[in-house]
Amino acid sequence: MIRFILLQNRQGKTRLAKYYIPLEESEKHKVEYEVHRLVVNRDPKFTNFVEFRTHKVIYRRYAGLFFSLCVDITDNELAYLECIHLFVEILDHFFSNVCELDLVFNFHKVYLILDEFILAGELQETSKRAIIERMGELEKQE
Amino acid sequence: MALSGMRGLSVFISEIRNCQNKEQERLRVDKELGNIRTRFKNEKGLTPYEKKKYVWKMLYIFMLGYDVDFGHMEAVSLISAPKYPEKQVGYLVTSCLLNENHDFLRLAINTVRNDIIGRNETFQCLALTLVGNIGGREFAESLAPDVQKLLISSSCRPLVKKKAALCLLRLVRKNPDVVNVDGWSDRMAQLLDERNVGVLTSSMSLFVSLVSNNHEAYWSCLPKCVKVLERLARNQDVPQEYTYYGIPSPWLQVKTLRALQYFPTIEDPNTRRALFEVLQRVLMGTDVVKNVNKNNASHAVLFEALALVMHLDAEKEMMSQCVALLGKFIAVREPNIRYLGLENMTRMLMVTDVQDIIKRHQAQIITSLKDPDISIRRRALDLLYAMCDTSNAKDIVEELLQYLGTAEFAMREELALKAAILAEKFAPDLSWYVDVILQLIDKAGDFVSDDIWFRVVQFVTNNEDLQPYAALKAREYLDKPAIHETMMKVSAYLLGEYSHLLARRPGCSPKEIFGIIHEKLPTVSTPTISILLSTYAKILMHSQPPDPELQNQIWAIFSKYETSIDAEIQQRAVEYFTLSKKGAALMDILAEMPKFPERESSLIKKAEDTEADTAELSAIKSRAQQQASNALVVTGQQPTNEPLQVTQLGMVKIPSINMENNHVDQEVAQTNGITGDVEPQNADILGDLLSPLAIEGPPGVSGTETLSEDGALALAPVGEQENAIKPIVDIVERFHALCVNDSGVLYEDPYVQIGIKAEWRGHQGRLVLFLGNKTTSSLDAVQAVILPPSHMKLELSSVPEIIPPRSQVQCPLEVVNLRPSRDVAVLDFSYKFGTNLVDNKLRIPAVLNKFFQPITLSAEEFFPQWRSLAAPPLKLQEVVRGVRPMSLGEMANLLNSLRLIVSPGLDPNANNLVASTTFYSESTRSMLCLVRIETDPADRTQLRMTVASGDPTLTLELKEFIKEQLISIPTASKPPVPQQPQPTTQPISSSDPGALLAGLL
Repeated sequence: MIRFILLQNRQGKTRLAKYYIPLEESEKHKVEYEVHRLVVNRDPKFTNFVEFRTHKVIYRRYAGLFFSLCVDITDNELAYLECIHLFVEILDHFFSNVCELDLVFNFHKVYLILDEFILAGELQETSKRAIIERMGELEKQE
Repeated sequence: MALSGMRGLSVFISEIRNCQNKEQERLRVDKELGNIRTRFKNEKGLTPYEKKKYVWKMLYIFMLGYDVDFGHMEAVSLISAPKYPEKQVGYLVTSCLLNENHDFLRLAINTVRNDIIGRNETFQCLALTLVGNIGGREFAESLAPDVQKLLISSSCRPLVKKKAALCLLRLVRKNPDVVNVDGWSDRMAQLLDERNVGVLTSSMSLFVSLVSNNHEAYWSCLPKCVKVLERLARNQDVPQEYTYYGIPSPWLQVKTLRALQYFPTIEDPNTRRALFEVLQRVLMGTDVVKNVNKNNASHAVLFEALALVMHLDAEKEMMSQCVALLGKFIAVREPNIRYLGLENMTRMLMVTDVQDIIKRHQAQIITSLKDPDISIRRRALDLLYAMCDTSNAKDIVEELLQYLGTAEFAMREELALKAAILAEKFAPDLSWYVDVILQLIDKAGDFVSDDIWFRVVQFVTNNEDLQPYAALKAREYLDKPAIHETMMKVSAYLLGEYSHLLARRPGCSPKEIFGIIHEKLPTVSTPTISILLSTYAKILMHSQPPDPELQNQIWAIFSKYETSIDAEIQQRAVEYFTLSKKGAALMDILAEMPKFPERESSLIKKAEDTEADTAELSAIKSRAQQQASNALVVTGQQPTNEPLQVTQLGMVKIPSINMENNHVDQEVAQTNGITGDVEPQNADILGDLLSPLAIEGPPGVSGTETLSEDGALALAPVGEQENAIKPIVDIVERFHALCVNDSGVLYEDPYVQIGIKAEWRGHQGRLVLFLGNKTTSSLDAVQAVILPPSHMKLELSSVPEIIPPRSQVQCPLEVVNLRPSRDVAVLDFSYKFGTNLVDNKLRIPAVLNKFFQPITLSAEEFFPQWRSLAAPPLKLQEVVRGVRPMSLGEMANLLNSLRLIVSPGLDPNANNLVASTTFYSESTRSMLCLVRIETDPADRTQLRMTVASGDPTLTLELKEFIKEQLISIPTASKPPVPQQPQPTTQPISSSDPGALLAGLL
C-alpha cells in the first residue's frame, strides 16, 4: 500500500503531502525532509526506486517537481511509477497544462483530486475521465 | 496566474512567495497564525466562508512546515457544518492534519457515521474518504457494518461503492475481525463480478487484503480472479478510459495477479489452464516499446506475472522462460528494468533450483555491482550473495572485497558481513578464508564486527595446518604503515599463539615480533592493550632459551602497567609479571589455547535467516547491527560498552573477576579434559587469556542473544524437535532480556524465529516484529493477533498468512501507552508446519519501563519534589521481603537498566539507593517518579522501598513493578558471585544534602 505521497519542488518545499499511516506532525516534517534529500540529487539516469527506511520510495521528476510515493517493499514498483504519471496526466488535464504555480495556488484542489484518485493508500479510480467529471460535479456544489 | 478562487488565500500565498528569506516567511506566518487565532476566538463574527478560508490557510502553513496544533479543533468542527463547502474543507483538512491517534477525531465519529448512513451522496463520499484515509480501530468497530451495507447495496452508485470498498479495506487493516468471514466470502465473490473497472479495482484491493489474512475462506473467488484476468488480457469489454497507453488497466491486472499469489496452489484444472494461458500470453507477448509509459505499464504486469509463475512453481518450461527473460532484463541499459531483473532473479533463486542458469550471468551481475546507482548496486549485491556457492565463491568474494574499497559507508557494513559469511560458508580452502578475513579487516576494519575476527581465530586455533600460514599473514600486515585496530588485535593474538612456528624466517624472531607489535602500542585503545600484554607474555614464554634483553623489556612494560587505571590491564600486568618469573611453570600456564568445540558459526546461523529476504534489505541491516552489538556484549572488552554489558548480565561492575570464573567453568566443562589438568589456582589466568575470545559465553548468563540461543540449541535433544515443535529459546528469559533491551529474539523454534526491534518516544513506541521462516518450505496459516491490555493501544499491521521459504516478513506494531499499568500485551502467534499447528502466546516487551525517560536529578531538584509528594496515595512505602540477594552495585545496575537512574551520593546512607525517572503516558503526560530503596546490609533478602509520583496509579504500579523486578529471577542461575567490594559511594558528611533526605523520610 501507499504509505504517503509527497509533491516537493527542488528546494524541498512541500506542495502536497498525504499520509495514509498515522504519523505525528513532527515526524511528517522529518519524513518530508529526508525524502527530499534522498531523491533530489539522484541522477536522471538512475532507477526511479530508492530504499527509504524499511520501505521504498518510487519517485519521478516532472520539471522542478518531485512526485514521491512511499510503498511497501513487496509492492510492484512499475505499477506505482505509472500511477504517478497517471496522476500527473489528470492534473495536467484539470489545470490544462499544469505548472507548479497551479499546484501552489490551488493546493486544495490538488488534495481533492487526490482523494478521488487514491484512498486508503490504494488506487481508487484509474479513469481520467471519471475523475475530471467528478471534479466538475463537486465544483458545481461549491 | 492560476488563482485559488479565494482571494484572501491567494493573497496570503503570494505574500509568502514574496518573502525573501526564511525569517521573513516565519514572521509572515506568525502574523497570520496570530490573526487566525484571534478570529477563531471571537467565532461569532466569523462567516462560514471565512472559517473555510482560515482552515485552508492553516493547511497551507502546515505544509510550509509550521505547527498548527491549535487549529485541529477548528478543522474538526467544520465537519459538522451543514453545507457542503465548509463540510468539505473540514473533512479534507482534518484528514491532512490529524492522524488516527488524535483524540479530537473521536468527537467527529457521530457526525461521520450520520453522513455515511445519510442520504446525501456527496456527504457519504466525504465521510468514507476520511475514514478510509485516517480511520482507526475505534472507527473500525463502530462503522464497519454501515460501510459493508453500502458496499453491497444495489442502489449505491459506483462512485460511492469504490470508496466504500477501500474504506472497508482500511477498517479491516485496523481490525480484521470487523469482517465476518463466513458471510462475507460470497459477497466478495459477487463484488468480483463487477463490470465497472473503477469499482473492480477498489474491490480487488480489498480482496487482496482479505485473502492475505485467510485464503481458505475465499477459494470461491479464485476462478473469478482468473476471469477478470482473462477479460483484461483479451481486452474484452474494457472501456477506452480504462486502457492506459493501450494496455487494459495495468493496475487491475497487477492487483489481480497479486491476489492469486495468496492461494497456495490452483487445483481446478480448467481454472489452472485458463490462468496459464493468460500468463503465457503475458510472458511471451510483452515487447519492449519506445514509449516509456507503455513500456513501464506492460512490464509492471509482466513482473507481477513472473512472481505468480514463481509462486505456483510452474512447469519447467515456463520457469526457464522466466529465467531467460530475467537474464535479458539484467543486461538491459534501462535502469528500472535492470533493477527489477536483479531483484526478481534473487527471488527466483529462493523458489527453484536455477543456480546453474543464473551463474551464466555472473559477469553481467558483477557489472551491476559497479553501477553508479546505489539502488542497483544493492540488488546486485543481494543477488551475488544469494547465488554464491563453492564453485563461484572465490570470484564473488574477491569482487566484493574489491568493491569494499570504493563502496559508500551505507553499504560497507553489509558488504563486509556478507563477504565474511560467504568466505566461511564456501571456502575452497582455509588459507583462502584467512586471506579474505584479513583483507576484510584491512580494507574495512570499522565495519567488521568482532564476531568476524573471533571466528577466524577459532578456525586457526582448530586447524594446525593453518597456524603457520595465519601467523605469517598476520606478520605481513604488521609491516604496513597504518593498520586498523581490529587488525592489531587479530595479528597480536595470532602472533602470540603461533609466531614461534615462524621463528626461522627473517623478521620473525621473538624479539622482532615483539618489536613490531610494541611499536604500535601507543596508538591502540585500552582493550587492545590487554590483548597485547597477553601476546607479550606468550612471546616471552616461547623465547627459549630466554633472551635477557627481551625479558627485561617486557618486564618493564608489565611493571609499567601494574599501576594502570584500567582494572583489566592492571590485573593482566600483575599476573603476567609474577607468572613470568616462575620459569618452567610458565610453559604449562601459557600453553597454546586448546581447540574450540566445533559449533555452528554465529555468523552463518544468523545469515541463514537473512539469506532469503534479500528484498528486505533493511532487515539485513538491522540484523547486522544487532550482530555487531551482540559481539560487543559478549566480549565485554570495550569499556564504552561495559555499562551495557553489565546491565545485561546483571553483574557487578568489575568484570574481570566474575567473567573469568564463568569462563573457566565453561571452558573446563566444554573442553572436557583438555584443560582438565589445569591447576585450579591457574584457572584465572587461563580465563584471562580466553576472555578476548569469549565468543561463546557461559550458558547461565542471560541477556546475550547468541549465547542463550546457542546454549538452548545445544541442550535441546534432537529427537524431541521432530515430535513436537518446541521453542528452542527460553521464552521467559527472552522476554525478560527484551524488557531491558530494544532488540533481540523474542521466540524461536526449529522453524520460526521472531525477532523484535523497538523504538520508544515518550508514550509511544514503534516495534517491528521480524517473522522469519527458517525452513525451505513455506509456513501456512500464519496468524499474529495482539491481545492488548486496557491501558495500551496497539496496532499491528497486517501479517501475511504465508511466510515463503527462508524469508522474513516485518510487521510494524504501533504502541500508545494510555495509562500507567504493569499489564503486559500478548501476541498470539500461530502457524502451521506440515500437519502441526503451533500456537504460542508470547508476552510483548512493551512494559512499564519502556515509557521511562532517564533523568538525573541534583539534590536541589530532588528534595523539593520528594517533599511535595508527601503522603499516600502519591507516596507509598513498603517493606519487601524475599528479595533475590544482590549487591548494592547490582541493584543499582538493575535499576539503571530499567531506566530508573540512580543518583549516587544523594542518600547519606551507603546502603540506600535513590533513583528517578520520567514516565510517559497519554493520561499522565510526562510525570516525574522518585524511588528510594533502603537495604539492610545484614539481610540482603529484605528492603524498604518508597515510591513517589504525581499520579496515584503510577505510584502504585511503579512500586509493584520494581518489586517484581527485585523478587523475580529473570535469569538462569549464575555461579555464586564472590562478595564484591561495594561500589564506592560518597562518604557520609554532615554537609551532605542527603542528610536532609534521611530526615524527610
